[in-house]
Order: sequence, then C-alpha cells, then structure tokens
Amino acid sequence: MLEAVNRTALGADARAAEGSAPPHLMPMRARGLALEVKGKRLIDGLDLDLSGGAITMIMGPNGAGKSLLLRLLHGLIAPTSGSITWSGAPLTEAMRRRQAMVFQRPVLLRRSVAANIDFVLRLRRAADPAKRDQILDHIGLLAQAKQPARLLSGGEQQRLALARALALEPDVLFLDEPTASLDPASTLRIEEIVQEAQARGTKLVFVTHDVGQAKRLAGDIVFMHRGRVVEHAPAKQFLEQPGTEQGRDFLAGRIVL
Amino acid sequence: MQLVVSGDPDLLEIIGLSLRVSLSAMLISCLVGLPIGALVAVLRFPGRGAVLVLMNSLMGLPPVVVGLLIYLMLSNAGPLGVLQLLYTPTAMIIAQSVLITPIIAALSRQVLEDLHNEYAEQFRSLSVPTHTAIGALLWDARFSLLTVALAGFGRAVAEVGAVIIVGGNIAHLTRVMTTAIALETSKGDLALAMALGILLLAIAITINASVMGLRATAARYAYA
Repeated sequence: MLEAVNRTALGADARAAEGSAPPHLMPMRARGLALEVKGKRLIDGLDLDLSGGAITMIMGPNGAGKSLLLRLLHGLIAPTSGSITWSGAPLTEAMRRRQAMVFQRPVLLRRSVAANIDFVLRLRRAADPAKRDQILDHIGLLAQAKQPARLLSGGEQQRLALARALALEPDVLFLDEPTASLDPASTLRIEEIVQEAQARGTKLVFVTHDVGQAKRLAGDIVFMHRGRVVEHAPAKQFLEQPGTEQGRDFLAGRIVL
Repeated sequence: MQLVVSGDPDLLEIIGLSLRVSLSAMLISCLVGLPIGALVAVLRFPGRGAVLVLMNSLMGLPPVVVGLLIYLMLSNAGPLGVLQLLYTPTAMIIAQSVLITPIIAALSRQVLEDLHNEYAEQFRSLSVPTHTAIGALLWDARFSLLTVALAGFGRAVAEVGAVIIVGGNIAHLTRVMTTAIALETSKGDLALAMALGILLLAIAITINASVMGLRATAARYAYA
C-alpha cells in the first residue's frame, strides 16, 4: 500500500500504467559536442552514449565541464557544434518537458513549500491538493507545507527541489551535485528518493564529486577531463580498475590537472 | 496647527481629492507599468537596450511639459476635446498617470529582472511559458513592487506643475494639496500653506511607514 502511495506521489507514470506511454527518451547520443565561450573551448568534441536503466554518474575534477554537459543535454544551453539526439531525434520542447533538472543550489519560489509543488503541478495541468500533500508527505515536509520554502534547512530545500522535479514525472532527471553541501542525513534521504525514482524507470544523470556516493548509486560512470569524456565504464570497473591515468589520479585523491 | 486638527471640511475635501487623484493615478500606472516592466525584464529582443534607455529617461519627464501636452490633447481644439475632461479630476489623474507610469515601468523592470535572473534557468528547465513566468515574477516580487508603487505615489501626490495646468486649481472641484499650497503661498498666507505642507508630509510618512512595515514582515518570512 505504501509503495502504491509512493508511486503516485513521486511521479509514477500513470500513462505507462495505462499502456499509453510515449516512447521513452532513451537512448541519448551526443556526437562531436563542443561549447565555446569567449574563445575558450569548455566542451571539446565530446562523444557520449547513455542508455536507460542504471544511474549514470558524471565525475571529474573541477572545471572538467560536468555541469555544462548536463545543461547541454537538458537543452538549457546550445552547443557551438555537434549534435545530441534522444531516442534518435533532436531535443524538442515537448521532449524537454519530459526531462527535469535539480540544481546544486535549489532555486525555490518565494512562496510556501506547498505552493512550490502546486506551481509545477499547475504547469502540467495536474493541480491536485491531495497529490501535492502525498508528495510532501513522502519527502517528509508535509508538516512544513505552509512554511516559506526559503526558511527550510539546506537539506529540506534540496528535498523540496527534488520532489518538485519528480512531480513532473520526468523520463530523465538531471542532478547537478544535489548533495554537495548537505549533511549526511540529508544526503542519505536524497539518495533514497533518487533510488526510488530510478526504480520507477526514471533515467538519472547525476553529477557528483563524491566517490562514496558513486559507489552507492552509480550503474555507470562518465569521467570527464578538460571538456572531454576520457572514460565511460560500468561503475564497478571504473572504481576498481580505472582505465585512464586521470581516472586513477582522481580516485586516489590526487590533483588532476 | 489649529487648522491641521480642526477637521475643516474644505481641508478634508482637498485632502480627499489629493488622495483620490494620486491613488487612482498610481493604480492606473501599476496596471500599465508593471506588465511593461515585466515584459522588458523577461524578453530579449532587438533594440531592448534602446527601450531601457527610453524607459529610464522618461522617469525624468518634466511635469509642466506633460501638463501642457495633456492640456493640448484635452482642450476643445484637441483630439480628445470632445470628452470635455479639461479642468476635471479625471484630467489630473491622466496627467499624473502619464508622469508616473514610466517610473513604475522602469523601477519594476529592475526588480523583476533581478528576480528573473535568479529564476531563469529553473524556469527554462521547467519549460515555463513566458506569460506564466511573468505572472510568477509579479507575484513573487509583490512586496518589492509595493515599494515601486509607493515611489510612483510619492511622485504623484507631490506633483503640482501638471495638475495645475490640466486641473486649473478650481475650489471644490480640482484643488488638491499641492495646488492649494501654491495658491496660499502666492496669496501670502504662509501659515495655511505650511499647515497644508505638514499634512502632505504626514500623509506621505504614514503611507511609507505602512508599506515599510509590510515589507519588513514579508522579508521576515523570506517572501521578499
């Protein structure tokens, strides 16, 4: 029963249950992806293939282009050159509405906790106080529903941002270091919610610096360095036997230049 | 001072008309200026820089020039003469609206653009339509926009040049506090002019204090 409530509350795709789901967005294919800003090549001819299922973790040193890659994949910024296709087709606005993103610093509306969820439900013409309360109950924020969202703790704010993204019932969810500044308990709760979403069939593409988090969550790991994917391997393989010098240095805690 | 506390009916009439004209002008200017400010804050279009310069420049519109233009529009020979609005409170509301709409549009544009910069990436991620984004910005910035409206009201209620041209300072019809002060000063009744001035200041301070209190409450609850 609890599982049934959770599925409804955090974005179980009702369309899929009715057998009328549109084709899933995966696989994703990026070819020759480049992004140049003020003459500086920040993403440098990147090739990447992602399939559905397991959580994809994007790792790499600061400045490797991880967050930019997420924004390119989500269509928030346009590449200078190269192509990205989802299920064989370029990203359209309709396809983008089946994606969602959680940012490192949650951007919450200057409204109550409940109103932040209501906003996205109304966007999808699915405003329903009962559904909203289910969502808040699931993430443990029902008691704070009427509180201003910006007065929540950092962990609560990030949970709310995550719940808001999942309320959109996305096929693909991008997470840009969502636990970077959170305490262990908040990180654990975020990871639980993320794993539940993955179990329901949402594809998660997750940027992290945290090797422990990658061990706990990742199915495959994309390792980036200087705007390129230098290694893309199953998580176990990358974490135990990285195939590149940069990967080995990163996992050993050495500075990767 | 005696006049201030006496409750003189003529004085109350002048105060009432001042508030009615200036509050009406503020409301009309908000209805026009806020959407303009929001659109310019959110949209990117060719010539936007020129529009910003124009909006900011119009904040300094000379009241007597606005008064003269409205006078020419509303006079019998003007294009709107048939409406017979000259020397009525409506003409004064129109003049004040023209004066403060650019102020409200320009200041709200800045407030809304700052908030939009904060929301923009999240809104793009959520595929929020432009009209929904504008509505959300106006709602979420409502306490800051109150200050903007207040700035407009302050300019309107203190304005004399335009309203004296289009209103005519007619007793019991278009006489407001500023025009009454001007009249009493010219007649040499400085005590009455000073009393009116004190009242005008008191009204401005009361309204400002109320809005500041509201904003402080909003800030405490992280809505501003």
